[in-house]
Amino acid sequence: MTEEDQTRTRIEAVWRIESTRLIATLSRMVRDIGLAEELAQDALVLALEKWPHTGVPDNPGAWLTTAAKNRAIDRFRRDERLADRTAQLARRLGTVTVDEFAEANEDIGDDLLRLIFTACHPVLATPAKVALTLRVVGGLTTGEIARAFMVPESTVAQRIVRAKRTLAKAEVPFEIPQAEEIPARLSSVLEVLYLIFNEGYSATAGDDLLRPELCHDAIRMARILVQVAPGYAEAHGLSALLELQGSRFSARVTSTGEPVLLADQDRTKWDRLLIRRGLTALAKAESLSDDPGVYTLQAAIAACHARAVTVADTDWRGIAAIYDRLVAVSPSPVVELNRAVAVSRAYGPQVGLDIVDALAQTELMSSYHLLPAVRGDLLARLDRAEEARDAFLLAAGLTDNQVEQRLLRARADAVSG
Amino acid sequence: MQFIMWSSHSPESEAGTPPSPELMADMAEFMNEVAQAGILVTAGGCPPSSQVVRITSEGGKITHTDGPFTETKELIGGFAIVDVKSMEEAVEWSTRFFKVGGGDGYGYVSPLFTGAGD
Repeated sequence: MTEEDQTRTRIEAVWRIESTRLIATLSRMVRDIGLAEELAQDALVLALEKWPHTGVPDNPGAWLTTAAKNRAIDRFRRDERLADRTAQLARRLGTVTVDEFAEANEDIGDDLLRLIFTACHPVLATPAKVALTLRVVGGLTTGEIARAFMVPESTVAQRIVRAKRTLAKAEVPFEIPQAEEIPARLSSVLEVLYLIFNEGYSATAGDDLLRPELCHDAIRMARILVQVAPGYAEAHGLSALLELQGSRFSARVTSTGEPVLLADQDRTKWDRLLIRRGLTALAKAESLSDDPGVYTLQAAIAACHARAVTVADTDWRGIAAIYDRLVAVSPSPVVELNRAVAVSRAYGPQVGLDIVDALAQTELMSSYHLLPAVRGDLLARLDRAEEARDAFLLAAGLTDNQVEQRLLRARADAVSG
Repeated sequence: MQFIMWSSHSPESEAGTPPSPELMADMAEFMNEVAQAGILVTAGGCPPSSQVVRITSEGGKITHTDGPFTETKELIGGFAIVDVKSMEEAVEWSTRFFKVGGGDGYGYVSPLFTGAGD
């Protein structure tokens, strides 16, 4: 690598580290995360021009902030409309004016929290929230987001532009919401992070490592959230859930990319450090609230699996009890089906089958392949081979996934054999 | 990707001299910055080598030697495991750690095998 290449690589690393804080600080100053993000980009371009010749400055974060502030002041001088709007906003919100830029130095943690709440604002559609959050909070480039979601880069760029416009048009203030708004606003943030994680998690080991990388991005952003908002129980719950799910990455797929079920995973491959982080975050969530929310409950279930050294050690009664609470907090057929599995492990297949048969009256039976798959499993355990075989074949017909089809057909053959 | 970074004891820390209140405050602020970046998996520190045991395995024979040891640069004073996207990023964090610490010392940054497609 030439010296210039080395500097460039280093600038990229510095940018990864600094961009979120930079955008957060600038957003507080200009009260507009779209403009803040542009100014941050301008500062990056300037760094890419200058640093290869001057070397990376001693405090790169401060350098970038100063460069972006100077760009902002230039733009305000050139663009009266912009200055007007910002001055109006500033007057209305009683905040700093452009001239007070340099003095403004609040706690960066609050700025980060404002940034997270703004990027996940309910005025935005979900895909817009996801793209904007990954961009300004996660520090990903539009190219990286596009590759991770397997959509064209122009689509992501457009989503982000539109999201910024929507926020500006709705005059969304760069603020931490009022206390009474917090639960709804927080749930929007948690949903976005959870979606990002799942997007990476449901992609099995593909050719593109950027998809699993999304899980790490979600874990990282959840860690940022609990650092800057340590009082929110459900934020700790989500962080716990993601750390615990993330601890199983190495055990989830075989070397050829075939998925491995939880019960069949080599538990020595689970990342003990992440498990410890997950259990700590869960304890924190449980200490903050006597009324655990949906993420804390899911984390509690994941924790039961994490604590079991072998499958035989799994505390199914504990898990079934948590599912009872989860069904009460967030009723859904999928949760109910998982509850049936847990109950059948704790109290025998017939009790589980009763729950599944009640579910089978719904249309889920003919659309969601896991329902007949679970039903087949329970029937097999009750030695009702014929019915089990039919259930497995029905399930195989409902999935497009080749691997799952093969597995289900094999199970159908095995029970009727 | 997880990286482990560790630094050797400084002559002061090896002597068991506690860091100045200023250094403690600077280090706390830095660690807060690391935590706020969401990349910290775990971090820890080690006491002077008088409390350390060296284990040597030679020709099938394993021996234990009680500290203190004179080769301080072989000793781990503090360590952190971080989850970042590149070696450059890990090196950048390590550089910042040394800037805050201010004293002379050695450090290493190494990728960790986590089994997840490494």
